[in-house]
Amino acid sequence: MHAREPRVKIIALVCFLAVVATTPCPPWFPQIGYALLLGFALLLARLPLLSAILRAAAVLPLSAAFAGLSLLAGDASRAGALVAKSYLSALAVLVVVGTTPVPDLLRGLESLGAPRFLVLVVQFLYRYLFVISEQVQHMRLSAASRGFSGSALDWRGKLQTAAGAVSVLFYRSHARAAGIHKAMLARGYQGRLPTFASYPLRWADALFLSVAVLAPLVLRSLGGIR
Amino acid sequence: MTGPVIEVRDLSFRYPDGTQALRGVNFELYPGETVALFGANGSGKTTFVLHLNGLLRGEGVVRVCGLAVNGVNLSLIRRKVGLVFQDSDEQLFMPTVLEDVAFGPLNRGLSREQAVDIAREALAETGMSESAARAPYHLSAGEKRRAALAGVLAMRPEILILDEPTTFLDPPGRRDLLHLLQRLSQSKIVVTHDTSFAASIATRAVFFHKGRLEGDGPVEQVIERFGWGPYAGAESPAS
Repeated sequence: MHAREPRVKIIALVCFLAVVATTPCPPWFPQIGYALLLGFALLLARLPLLSAILRAAAVLPLSAAFAGLSLLAGDASRAGALVAKSYLSALAVLVVVGTTPVPDLLRGLESLGAPRFLVLVVQFLYRYLFVISEQVQHMRLSAASRGFSGSALDWRGKLQTAAGAVSVLFYRSHARAAGIHKAMLARGYQGRLPTFASYPLRWADALFLSVAVLAPLVLRSLGGIR
Repeated sequence: MTGPVIEVRDLSFRYPDGTQALRGVNFELYPGETVALFGANGSGKTTFVLHLNGLLRGEGVVRVCGLAVNGVNLSLIRRKVGLVFQDSDEQLFMPTVLEDVAFGPLNRGLSREQAVDIAREALAETGMSESAARAPYHLSAGEKRRAALAGVLAMRPEILILDEPTTFLDPPGRRDLLHLLQRLSQSKIVVTHDTSFAASIATRAVFFHKGRLEGDGPVEQVIERFGWGPYAGAESPAS
């Protein structure tokens, strides 16, 4: 899984998400089949199974809210389908993200025709997320070293402190963005980010794509037979 | 005698907020020279060097290798003048070190193979070959500085400008950088507060004060004249 070409994994993911989203429920066995497929992919990729299962559950509060509305409307199977489909989709995304470094994923998206500007924004966000989180950590330490403790403040004080910190962070991020832009211009940037990544498509990638697309399709078609 | 590679005449610059950052600066840099730029924070040093790469444009004349810094010559001038920024995190924005170093050559329109070859050469020159595939945020401060320098060297510049190159570096990192810069043959301008670093690398120093260039001469002389040594004016501890 890790060695597979990023574009192939992205295409397989998009197909999987489309198949899951359009599978009628009930019957439920296609959903069970999708879960088993993802479990197999997790094992194949040697990703921590339990951790992935728990992390995918991060979508549940959101989908549960919509499922609750369906339940109130008396449609229990729609509620179940919402929860199952959103959970399986999140798990599938985790499999792809867990087996593809983010830069490769972004390059794959770009070579598949995703808007360059969007890819650029995500690339910069990913690159500087670490720098910004480091700054947040420094600000936290600086506040703590001067005796700051959230418990010593009422809600208004906490809000004021948080607002101040966010505004400073925003200002610093803005200043850094200006600095980055200058550094890019200094090295000849003319509005287009060059890339030299190229991905040769191997037979193993083609085989992976065929299996990854066909397996959920077969499950879905079986689900259509009543 | 060969003419200056950088020639600045009567350069003035005011930021949009009204701050007058440079006032009638005259400066020359000759081939092979290394000049240290001293001055207090906010004295105009960084603003000045940003003019040499065309990132800022003030009133007056700036010539690089005989070319006037203007819209027509800008891309050529940015190839000739390599600028290493104070904060390496601002300079290393690509996903991997190799891609970042190849950023400049690719912008010059070179093919992928040529850009990679040049990037690998620059990484070897700065001792960073083994970090080519690493993500910039995983590098130490010293490694980031060397990777940023490699990114600039890959542009094959004739002039190197380094803004506070020793910031965030530990003594071994500072020493490595010094040796590396001493090996590079380009003319250099080093903006720094680190007088011992400047004395080790520079042949000349200039001193900025409130946007004016107020002193120009041998490094030790400028340090002495403006009391710019780290302990100038400090009393020795009581014994």
